[in-house]
Order: sequence, then structure tokens, then C-alpha cells
Amino acid sequence: MSPGPLHRLTLTALTERLARREVSAREALEACLDQIERVDGRLHAFLSCDLADARAQADAADLALASGGAPSHRPLLGVPIALKDIIAVRNQPLTCGSRILANFVSPFDATVTEKLRAAGAVLLGRLNLDEFAMGSSTENSAFGVTRNPWDLERVAGGSSGGAAAAVAAAAVPGAFGSDTGGSIRQPAAFCGVVGLKPSYGRVSRYGLVAFASSLDQIGPIARSVRDCALLLETVSGADPRDSTSLPEPVPRYAAALEGGLRGLKIGLAKEFMIGGLDPAVNQAVRAAVAQLEKLGAEVLEVSLPHTDYAVATYYIIATAEASANLARFDGIRYGLRVDGADPLELYCKTRGAGFGAEVKRRIILGTYALSSGYYDAYYLRAQKVRTLIRQDFLRAFELVDAIVTPATPAPAFKVGEQANDPLRMYLSDITTISCNLAGICGLSVPCGFTPASASQPRLPVGLQLLGKPFGEQTILRIGHAYEQATPWHDETPPLVSQ
Amino acid sequence: MAAGGFDLRYVAHLARIDLSPAEEQAIGAQLASILAYFDKLNELDVTHVEPTAHAVPRTNVTRPDEVSPSLPHDEALRNAPAQANGLFMAPKIVE
Repeated sequence: MSPGPLHRLTLTALTERLARREVSAREALEACLDQIERVDGRLHAFLSCDLADARAQADAADLALASGGAPSHRPLLGVPIALKDIIAVRNQPLTCGSRILANFVSPFDATVTEKLRAAGAVLLGRLNLDEFAMGSSTENSAFGVTRNPWDLERVAGGSSGGAAAAVAAAAVPGAFGSDTGGSIRQPAAFCGVVGLKPSYGRVSRYGLVAFASSLDQIGPIARSVRDCALLLETVSGADPRDSTSLPEPVPRYAAALEGGLRGLKIGLAKEFMIGGLDPAVNQAVRAAVAQLEKLGAEVLEVSLPHTDYAVATYYIIATAEASANLARFDGIRYGLRVDGADPLELYCKTRGAGFGAEVKRRIILGTYALSSGYYDAYYLRAQKVRTLIRQDFLRAFELVDAIVTPATPAPAFKVGEQANDPLRMYLSDITTISCNLAGICGLSVPCGFTPASASQPRLPVGLQLLGKPFGEQTILRIGHAYEQATPWHDETPPLVSQ
Repeated sequence: MAAGGFDLRYVAHLARIDLSPAEEQAIGAQLASILAYFDKLNELDVTHVEPTAHAVPRTNVTRPDEVSPSLPHDEALRNAPAQANGLFMAPKIVE
């Protein structure tokens, strides 16, 4: 009767069973809580979980389901969803993975949170992240690293590592993270799940603690492209509380996935396929490209000539914006305070004690890039190179409907392997950061595994699909067609099948 | 420790961050190599390129000037490290 354990259903399958009242919201929640209990001691995907609050939400969803099923405006009625601990949920912790906010409790809901509540979701738990979303491995969390469900010796990626690990480990059917330079797509690729960074302006950031305001976006992580499409349509749209959210219509993404790839042109970005690419990643991505052709897409090579400058551009702009955004953590109105004889001493001591090494590094770097005498050389120059990077994409999108690249240059690395070499860590973001600089959308879908060897188990590989600004529909359609034709999304980590 | 004109202590002070001697040493060396990498951008001629501040073609977004509910007083003070009489407490700023 039951198609596998409840916690392993995709989000879409769960909504169908909830709507038919074959399972209750409370049963779905308890299945997730049991799975968290079973695996999270090893993964550390969750920073906290308010069981009583989640159960109360689930029971309320069951009452609503009993009085007439899931109405069309509440597509997530009874579905457990977890949020990265940088998205505000009223009366819940909002640590951002930082000591400086260790005891902070959010007095309000983010717009995304409000929309999920309105859609009927059961909000469950706070997911681990690199401190203030600064990092690529969750090793920068003040509260401990998140492990990869495919190999506990490896990182889950970052900064939304908790979100990707929780979804991959079947602890929740869907989650939301934030992506400033790859923080949704890279951990999704490392953990073998689907992650979407929407176009800049697609989703309101009200209630997302700001890292780099010209780059940040909130987006979904789930176990299928269809699930991501459903989550995206639930949270998209203009919001008067975020002036960068655009009044573009919100398509029914999940209803527009079929139609296949015939007539679509997909560009293979040649600058992403050279030098430093792991051989297994190279092979998996080339096989995926062949599969896309077999499905009817026309694949042609495109060039994004300024790709090589993206990492430097990104780390100047992102750190400059971070240095301004994080100035608010001064120990006066909220968060940690370390007393001093005067305000200046209080600020310096508070920030010295409250921020971790990577956040300090980035604030100092950004402060320097904006400081008198260096602004033109660093920040202004980076903004100009950003124009060139954006133009590369807009030109390529005159020729193709979407661009395909590896989601990451290599599979998940070991905990500690890159932790003491920040520049090396930054360089590994090369495949994902251009997307944020250009403001376009990007989707990471599983596209295979590295071969198992004596030194490492098989590890997931991700394919990245980049779309035009507000072109989510196209990349979701391509991702869905690819997913339907390949077995990768059906694979579960040994941790889950044990 | 200095790369170009980079004075770590001065910049850390601008950023209002105390660094321990061990942090100064580690961060100083790391930032030197990162700043050297940033010089890569000097390879490009950007003389006639307009800067991009953000990727959204929108400027001067306004909303109607209407009164709407905001955070209640006690909620706004909820996370304050020190408070008294409905106010944030801070060290003395002026004599």
C-alpha cells in the first residue's frame, strides 16, 4: 500500500497523499522528526528544532485538511519545510551561524516565511550555515560543521549546507536557503539534490539577514525539479518591503514543466570546461550534455570571455557590501555585547568576540576595498568588470535559451581540507558566482557520481543550468526533462537506506 | 604584512574589529595573497565601461506614504543587550 517510507516521498508526492487524506500532516511531521533523530547526530544539519511549535502547526494543518482538503491557494498544506537559520521566523532563533546572534529571537516573519505559512507549510527547524552565509562548506558556522550524507568525512557544501544535507538525508522534503555566490547550488550539487537560485528580484529578501545586497537571493532545495518549481511559485513575487523585488508576473512553474526540449538551444560554456575540472565531473557533465541533445535540444558552444575575472570581482563586491551590511552588529540594539569604557571600545570588543575568522576577514577586506584612496582601484573597478561579465551572459542569451556548466569544479571535499586556505576556497566558487554577478537564475540538478575508489566512496556530481533574467521556466523545464530521462535523483545516500 | 598600502591594524580599526595577535598574523598573510589575486582585474581595460551596482533595471522605487503597523516597542527591545525605561542602554557618548 505505502510507496516507501513517508519521509522519503518527494514533496509533490507528499502533497498528493495529504490532499487525498491518506496521511496526516502530523504523521508526515513525525516521520521527518524520526529521521532527524536517526541521522542528525551524525550530520548536524539542524541548529535547533522547536518540536512543540512544529506539532502545533501540523495539527492546525490537519484541522484545515479535515474541513475540506487542501484548497488550491494552500498547495503546501501540511508539508514540513525547514529554513536556513538566516531567514526570519517569528519567535524562533535567528543565529545566522554566528556567536554574535547566538541568543537572538526573531520578532517578525520574513516575507518568504509569511508566504510559506499562507500556503500551509509546517515550518520545522533552523538549518546550519556558514556564519552569515560566508563560506562554501559550513565549516565557518560557529556551531559546528554539517557533514555530507554521502560521506560523513566530507562537507555538505555551503553556505546552505544544512539545507542540502537535510533534504538529501530525507529529514525534510524541501528547504529554503540563500545564494549570494553559489550557496544553494553548490551544496545541492555536493549532496545530490536539486537547488535553485532565482533571478535577482524574483523573491523578496525582506527578513533575510543581508550579506551582499546586490547578490543575495532566497531559493528552494528539494529532491526533484518539480518540487523546486512548486516551492519557487509559492514564494515569488514583488513585495513593497523589498524594493529590489520586481513586479513580474509569477508563472505556475510546476504546471509548465512538460513540453520537452525540442526547439530549445542550450549553450555549453567553454570557459567552464577547462583547467582544474575534476575528470569525473568533466565526464558526467559531458554525458549530461549528450543526454540533453538526445532529448531534442540543440547544443552549441558559447563563450563567456570574462569568466576568469569573476572570482576577483565577486570577492571585492561581496566583501564591500558585507562590510556595510554587518556594521549593524555593534552590540547596542541587539545581539552580543562586550562592554567597554566608551562606545568605540564596546564596538571593537563586541565585534572581535562575536564574529568568526572568515567574517572578520571579509569585513576587513571589504572595508579596505571601500576605503579612501582604494575605492577606485578595487570597488569601482570590480563594478565595471561586473558590467563586462553581465554583458557576456546577455550576449550569449541572444544565441541560446539556457547555458549548461558543471555546478562545481569537483565533488565534495573533506572536512578541514581547504579550511586554512581562504583563497583556494574562494577559487572553488568559480562555476557559480558569475550567475549572481549577472543577476540571472541558476539550477543545480544531480547528473551522476564519481566512481567509488579505495580512498573515496561515490560522490554526487551536479549539472548547472543558467537561464535568462526571469527565465526560471526554461531552466526548470530542461532540468525536469533531464531528470525524467536519468536515474540520479532516485539514488539515496547510504545513511538513508541503511 | 603590508600589501601595497594595506595596513591591517588601521583597516581593522576602521571596521571596528579587535584582532588578537594570532589573528593579526593569520589574517594579514591571507589577505596579502587575496589582494595580490585581486590585481588580476588590472589586466582589463575598463576605461569606457559603466559600473554595475546591481542587476535590476529599476531606480527610485517608492511606496505610498501611508501609516502601517510596525514592530511594537517591547518587541523592538526584546533582543537588546541592556535596556531601561523602554530605551536601549549604551555607554556614555558625550561628557
